[in-house]
Amino acid sequence: MQKFLEEINWIFTDYTFLIIALGTTVLGAMTGILGCFAVLKKQSLLGDAISHATLPGIVLAFLWTGSKDVNILLLGALVFGIIGSLGIRNMTQKTKLKTDTSLGLILSLFFGFGMLLLTYAQKIPDANQAGLDKYLFGQAATLLESDVFILLIISFLMLIIIAAFWKEFKVFLFDAAFSKSIGFSNRFIDVLMTILIVLIIVLGLQMVGVVLISALLLAPAAAARQWTNSLSLMLLLAAIFGASSGFLGTVISASSDQMATGPLIVIVASVFVFFSFLFAPKRGIVARGRKWNKNKNKWKDLQVLKKCYELESAQDSLLTEDVENLCLPKQKNALVNRKWLIKKEDCWHVSEIGKKYLRNI
Amino acid sequence: MQGNKIGLRVKNLTVAYRDSPVLWDINFSIPSGILLAIIGPNGAGKSTLIKAVLNIVKKMHGEVEIFGESYKKQRKNVAYVPQKGSVDWDFPTTVLDVVLMGTYGNLGWIKRPGSKEKKASMEALEKVGMLDFKNRQISELSGGQQQRVFLARALVQNADMYFLDEPFQGVDATTEKAIIKILKELRNQGKTIIVVHHDLQTVKEYFDWVVLLNREVKGYGTVEKVFTDENLKNTYQGNTEFIN
Repeated sequence: MQKFLEEINWIFTDYTFLIIALGTTVLGAMTGILGCFAVLKKQSLLGDAISHATLPGIVLAFLWTGSKDVNILLLGALVFGIIGSLGIRNMTQKTKLKTDTSLGLILSLFFGFGMLLLTYAQKIPDANQAGLDKYLFGQAATLLESDVFILLIISFLMLIIIAAFWKEFKVFLFDAAFSKSIGFSNRFIDVLMTILIVLIIVLGLQMVGVVLISALLLAPAAAARQWTNSLSLMLLLAAIFGASSGFLGTVISASSDQMATGPLIVIVASVFVFFSFLFAPKRGIVARGRKWNKNKNKWKDLQVLKKCYELESAQDSLLTEDVENLCLPKQKNALVNRKWLIKKEDCWHVSEIGKKYLRNI
Repeated sequence: MQGNKIGLRVKNLTVAYRDSPVLWDINFSIPSGILLAIIGPNGAGKSTLIKAVLNIVKKMHGEVEIFGESYKKQRKNVAYVPQKGSVDWDFPTTVLDVVLMGTYGNLGWIKRPGSKEKKASMEALEKVGMLDFKNRQISELSGGQQQRVFLARALVQNADMYFLDEPFQGVDATTEKAIIKILKELRNQGKTIIVVHHDLQTVKEYFDWVVLLNREVKGYGTVEKVFTDENLKNTYQGNTEFIN
């Protein structure tokens, strides 16, 4: 423990670590926010398909320019991300394919093509191709100050766009036909939203990689949905979950030499999901189980109450022994506690509250 | 009760998704200020007709005039209530938020709804008897309540022509009565109400005009003239179990 604390203390004064942590934190926040849009659009796998579609772009950019400059490679990724996402859009609209089919097709087609190019590139003699494959799983350690600076600026612009088109995004996500009927261009909204998603994926490739970035879009959004019924709160929570995953994943990775950052970030994000699924109020598994039990008891009690009421109506009075015949002592106590059954002098009565419950069944 | 101005005119409208047309050469016109039912069997293209009029579905051919102008020009005078089953009611939002969406069209791009829009939305919720539910999460609503919320969203649009797609499907009897009462009030204010309707038994009680549809228009006009057994048989093509 002592050693761990020393380690932590050391990394927090390390400038390189702080740059990387800032990058992964901001990336997590932004993927959290944009992931909510993908999830609510019922295209949870959109991010997965787009990220895999960027791989041929990265390799082609390298083959074409011979450069391994991050910005050039990511530009290639951006172009292919956009081509892939437009492919998905068109395929879904112009064929009878379901969205998940088009997502799967684009994903495997582009990724296969990308892997083909990657193996080709790796066999070119004398080229400095080594390290292209780091985009598969990401390598946060290669993050530079300038990369984080670009990420910050683009994230800031994205937040402005999201704020500006808030109501358009909202009505499109909830009721696209209505959105069109009041004159909004669904195509514009959809394409804008998708471009934002492509952009954040491309910016995240260096840190988390093609294969895992979609988890960073999905996990914070899925976790956030459990806790709230408001769209703005959902986005805020997803941003917090995503940012925390990015930050914690980086800290853990930095304090142990052997563990890669990207997978760790994803694992921390999954912990948020797991915890949310279990313990969120209302939607969580524990809360739902508790509510189910509560309802079960209520209906059981109501059934007993009904019998009491029928007997009371039939013989105009309910003696203690009648009640004890009809229900177990435990149930009797429950009815009394609910104030459904009251005792006046020696007789029992179904109360007004109890009668109201019976009427409302 | 019936205005003289032409409310909606559909000329030579054809919609086809694939080889066979969903709607074939639709022609009819109706006056403004009436309560109209579009009636026909399942798959007759009733919803598609509304969606084609509102440009939600692409027309292969044909023209639509609303109050003598194109839909684009009249868009702010038109309100649309989609089938309530067409949206995900587990969407994270509240009743009031959904009704506020009715103000988005007049606000235009980017501008946010303010206190004026909020007030109008509350009034609409009051009209449909849902004001107490304004902060309720929409997933907690019953089918009837969902439909009332959708109607409130259309009322906020303060339109002159309303299109409602199956507003009585899956709602309780009280809601059905409340909705038809509001629709009749709107009609009495001179508004034109167009409803995709399923239940033949209530047509005479609810509506002034009908369009009988089965891919083609099988008849249109006042309920007295057109809503006859013979026309219905023609529309439902022998599927007379629909007809009482």
